[in-house]
Amino acid sequence: MSAPLLQVSDLRVSYGAINALSGVSFAIGLGEIVTLIGGNGAGKTTTLRALSGLVRASGTAEFDGQPLLGQPAHRIVARGLGHVPEGRMVFSNLTVAENLAMGAYLDRDRDRVARNREEVFALFPRLRERLRQTAGTLSGGEQQMLAIGRALMGNPRFLMLDEPSLGIAPRLITTIFEQIVAINRQRGITILLVEQNANLALEVSSRAYVLETGRIVMSGPSPELRADPRLKATYLGG
Amino acid sequence: MQGRGRRGQTAGLTARGSAPNLRGLSEFLQQLLNGISLGAIYALIALGYTMVYGVLRFINFAHADLFMVGAFLGYFGGRLVPAGTLLSGLGVLALAMAGCAVLGIVIERLAYRPLRGAPTLNVLITAIGVSLLIEYSGQLVLGAAPRTFPELFPAGRFNLGPVVVSTNQLVVIGVAVLLMIGLELIVHRTRIGTAMRAVALNPRAAQLVGINNDVVISFTFGLGSALAGAGGILYALNYPSIDPLMGVMPGLKAFVAAVLGGIGNIPGAALGGLLIGVVETYVGGSAWSTYKDAIAFAVLILVLLLRPAGLLGRVTVEKV
Repeated sequence: MSAPLLQVSDLRVSYGAINALSGVSFAIGLGEIVTLIGGNGAGKTTTLRALSGLVRASGTAEFDGQPLLGQPAHRIVARGLGHVPEGRMVFSNLTVAENLAMGAYLDRDRDRVARNREEVFALFPRLRERLRQTAGTLSGGEQQMLAIGRALMGNPRFLMLDEPSLGIAPRLITTIFEQIVAINRQRGITILLVEQNANLALEVSSRAYVLETGRIVMSGPSPELRADPRLKATYLGG
Repeated sequence: MQGRGRRGQTAGLTARGSAPNLRGLSEFLQQLLNGISLGAIYALIALGYTMVYGVLRFINFAHADLFMVGAFLGYFGGRLVPAGTLLSGLGVLALAMAGCAVLGIVIERLAYRPLRGAPTLNVLITAIGVSLLIEYSGQLVLGAAPRTFPELFPAGRFNLGPVVVSTNQLVVIGVAVLLMIGLELIVHRTRIGTAMRAVALNPRAAQLVGINNDVVISFTFGLGSALAGAGGILYALNYPSIDPLMGVMPGLKAFVAAVLGGIGNIPGAALGGLLIGVVETYVGGSAWSTYKDAIAFAVLILVLLLRPAGLLGRVTVEKV
């Protein structure tokens, strides 16, 4: 791994008296798919929120060699760091088309916006069929596709996905994960994937970090971690 | 109280007595017109309450005072231009709207933005404080005595069938309708309008697509305050006695209108405003005219009992 795209060291977040993250460090290289796995309340979502500027954090995080923490969320998006949040958070009363247009909120280049839209439709053809529908009427899987599509409209170089498999029909999970890999391979977008479904996450990623109560307790290449007996017992269902 | 009630009753009886059908119909239509022109003003104010609630989830009690400021900007502006021409009337209207928009943005910046993330109760109390500050500084600077609002627009009245229409009523309804169409276009057809809806639906997700929520919130305050300023002038055209506390009652009723329509819902605010205006006018012209100010609140209580989310509101679960 050459100079990493994202370098996080000693990231700390607390909500009042509760420490959600107590010193998390990791690095992600250009073009990688890295996963962050762990149970409920381990701090996975908090890590992503700290990086995209939604919660205040201390420590350091450098994106492309420049500091990340302390900047407002809308500036961080502009630097090419996309975040598909937990629970999808599509704009429920807006149409699919409007949701995608909002994803391109910062992009004034109409041609590029039109191109990005076509690429999103190529990844998720269903979105084209549902264009005039309000996002709240989509199924969970379709909303996840929309959330990913919306993030792609912002021209990210680095995409963080928070539990894309949560609450989605198994058939659609496969589609979505195939497209996540395609986004990485074809568009060269570096990906940080947060998942509770550790099997799935380790299958598509090249490296993994395991988070437990706000600390990284294990890390390594995904195939090795899949074979690790400790991880098997805790996260992979034996 | 009793005397007024009785007088109202006699008037009602005579109207019903002679030529009942025709008289009754013409009075019905006349009151409908009066009610719509009052309701259009309530609707303009209600839109501001509902938009700010949409993006910040709190009731901006100082909103009613921008309505008053709008009327006073119209009062002073009206003395600078030739009276009674359409052009100067519209010019003064635009000036008052711009002035109120700036004031609304400044209030948000100074009073509410520092409280972002604070409990809603703190913001509500601050809003009441801002409201009192504007009202009583208004009394200090402008005096508490009512002033007579100038004739901004060409005065006149004509008969439309059985109904007497004043040019001021035409101005009120025309301007209100145009402003509401304009608002609808801004909210649904522009980038910033869509961003407003996005922030109202999910402020966090809005940040994640690169929307600067502070800019959208400022814009919302500016837009709502401009509408309140327009409402102040339109109100003063029909009730040409203005004073620094004039915003209190119309403000309360517009707030009721916003809740009635479903707080946070833009078409709901317009509908609620019209309903309150029409109902109030009919009650004011009936035997129960004493209760015309109370009726808005009675309607509110009924709606909240029967349809707590308001007429067009949807029941939603508060997100955490």
